[in-house]
Amino acid sequence: MQLRRQLVGWAFLLPLLAYLLLSYAYPLLTNLDLSLRDNTIRTFVHGGAPFVGFANYAAVFADPAFGTAVLHTVVFTLVSLVFQYAAGLALAVFFTRSFPLSATLRALFLVPWLLPLIVSASTWAWMLNSEAGVVNAVLAAFGVDKVDWLTSPNWSLVSVTVANIWIGIPFNLVVLHSGLRNIPAEVYEASALDGANGWQTFWRITFPMLRPVSGITLLLGLVYTLKVFDIIWIMTRGGPSGASTTLAVKSYELGFGNMLPRFGPSAAVGNVLILVAMVAGICYVRVQRHQEEA
Amino acid sequence: MLRIPIARRLTIVLIAAGLAACACSSQAGDGGSKDSGTYSLWDPYPQFDNGSEWVKVIDNCGTQAGVKITRQAYDTTDLTNKVLLAAQQHTAPNVLVVDNPVVSTLADAGVVLSNKDSGLAAAEAAPNLVAAAQTGGQTYGVPIGANTLALYYNKAVLRTAGVDPAAITDWASLDAALAKVTAAGKKGITFSAIGTEEGTFQFLPWFWGAGAQLTSLSSPEAASSLDLWKSWLDRKYAPNSVIGNTQTTSWQEFATGEYAFAENGTWQRANAAKAGFEYGVIPIPARNGGVAPAPTGGEFVTVPVQGDKGTETTAAKIANCLVSPDTALTTDTALTYVSAVPAVQERQIAAQPDLKVWVDAVKAAKGRTSDGLGTRYPRISQPLWTAVQAVLTGSKSSADALSAAQAAAASAK
Repeated sequence: MQLRRQLVGWAFLLPLLAYLLLSYAYPLLTNLDLSLRDNTIRTFVHGGAPFVGFANYAAVFADPAFGTAVLHTVVFTLVSLVFQYAAGLALAVFFTRSFPLSATLRALFLVPWLLPLIVSASTWAWMLNSEAGVVNAVLAAFGVDKVDWLTSPNWSLVSVTVANIWIGIPFNLVVLHSGLRNIPAEVYEASALDGANGWQTFWRITFPMLRPVSGITLLLGLVYTLKVFDIIWIMTRGGPSGASTTLAVKSYELGFGNMLPRFGPSAAVGNVLILVAMVAGICYVRVQRHQEEA
Repeated sequence: MLRIPIARRLTIVLIAAGLAACACSSQAGDGGSKDSGTYSLWDPYPQFDNGSEWVKVIDNCGTQAGVKITRQAYDTTDLTNKVLLAAQQHTAPNVLVVDNPVVSTLADAGVVLSNKDSGLAAAEAAPNLVAAAQTGGQTYGVPIGANTLALYYNKAVLRTAGVDPAAITDWASLDAALAKVTAAGKKGITFSAIGTEEGTFQFLPWFWGAGAQLTSLSSPEAASSLDLWKSWLDRKYAPNSVIGNTQTTSWQEFATGEYAFAENGTWQRANAAKAGFEYGVIPIPARNGGVAPAPTGGEFVTVPVQGDKGTETTAAKIANCLVSPDTALTTDTALTYVSAVPAVQERQIAAQPDLKVWVDAVKAAKGRTSDGLGTRYPRISQPLWTAVQAVLTGSKSSADALSAAQAAAASAK
């Protein structure tokens, strides 16, 4: 009976295990293997690529474009997170009050999230076009000179970041909104009785009690933003001359942006991204455990 | 009561696990067939559906070879990776139609057979086109047709500005024409300088037209061609949007009717007819006069390695049928391409006199992977488009950008 129970237990685990191995472990290991070998196009097809250790990583790190891509990734990710979170939180607080049409309005705010990325990114690219874009047309109406949003090295990273913030706000809004609803009403009643004004209520009650939800929102946002590729590729191709290339774009460009793919360095950059996301995840778990113990 | 559900669930669980475990082993066989009568063909023409002339051509060639052909169309940028992955899994298609600069990469990877091994015959096709698929003394595949770049012009805009297109024979006369057009309040020229292969493709006629070579990116000739493009942006002859333009978005700019010139390809002829204004085409001038060599575009029909002589022979039969002059003419007409066979080109001109300028351009054209560059080309092309973008955005001088490009191209394996 005991053995049978154990077997049944294992049988329940088996599909999960098979799923994890097939869809997570295998691709990750393949990617690791790819990054540790000197793959030419011939060895990619026929096998037999020599093991080169961390040579691909060394080559990638030595490339000056890699440092620029890291900087772009940091700026893109941090600025996106700060603005998405701030705007999402402001909207979430706004929508906690019930007012006529609040549900409808909230649904409308979800639109950026529901649109396929190819549609939203192409629309942004079209709006920000130097010649025929609607943004420059509006600026011209106010007498402002046209800005080369996507084709100037000073602006292209700003443009893709703005587009990414716009796409990320709904996610922050939804998660933070549901987090706000879980804060017990009694706490607010108590603070109202103590005479706290709106600003004090927000900083002393809402914000601290939302901390766990904020943490997970920011972590998910970080992982999501690190791997953002489609928006940038559609809007600027990481250009002009690398001015909006992040690590995710760099990895794609190495692997698929050229007729002669460089699988090793591409996989190396991809693994660096995975590592960064993992470190952030571990930090989050640690901090959370610390909070629970405290 | 408890037992039955558990046993039932256990069965379901085991079945699910079994399905997951064998999902990975069922891939073999959906690509190239070994002995059945069904052959697979991949092409980069998703615009053609099953009722199109191209598919009829495929079916006929299959019938002639006594087999049935299943055809799969991919986006051209996807096709290379799809083929490489398929070859890795031994599921490459029997016949592959692929963009010409990719052929040498696939040949280098050992994915496609040389014509000597497959029995494909490229003898009838023009040598300057076939050269794109020659590497290591062997030819891989046969061109199904060709396209290249030229300058489209808007007749009304040139007339208003008082420009005679026939007088544009070198860079100086083109510059003068652009100055006149801009002075007349119209826009000068649009092209694509995007940071991808398309950008290099569009830059090459000017690069080669200045006498520069892909093996020496930092030459003064190369710098002069890049300075020409930069001067157009500085003098507002060309819009700043060219830095992000694909050839399609560049065409959309020209289609507004505001622009005098557009550098674009043979494949836009059908759209040009629908643009709603009268247009003409002139070859891209070389720096000091004459027609600049533009890069050849267009696909090759190749026979991927299957490891089975019989299948490969039949596949070569199908491929030979697809590129046979009369059959290919149907395809080229549907694609608005120029035929790869000189004799057929004459017939195309006889039927459509406005094709002559394109045939001349194709005759002067040059494969990007020609001159034995082969797989070195992609390693040169990327630094080149990076340099073009750096100069057009004003972040580097042409001399600095091109010497950096040359260093990057030389250091790449």
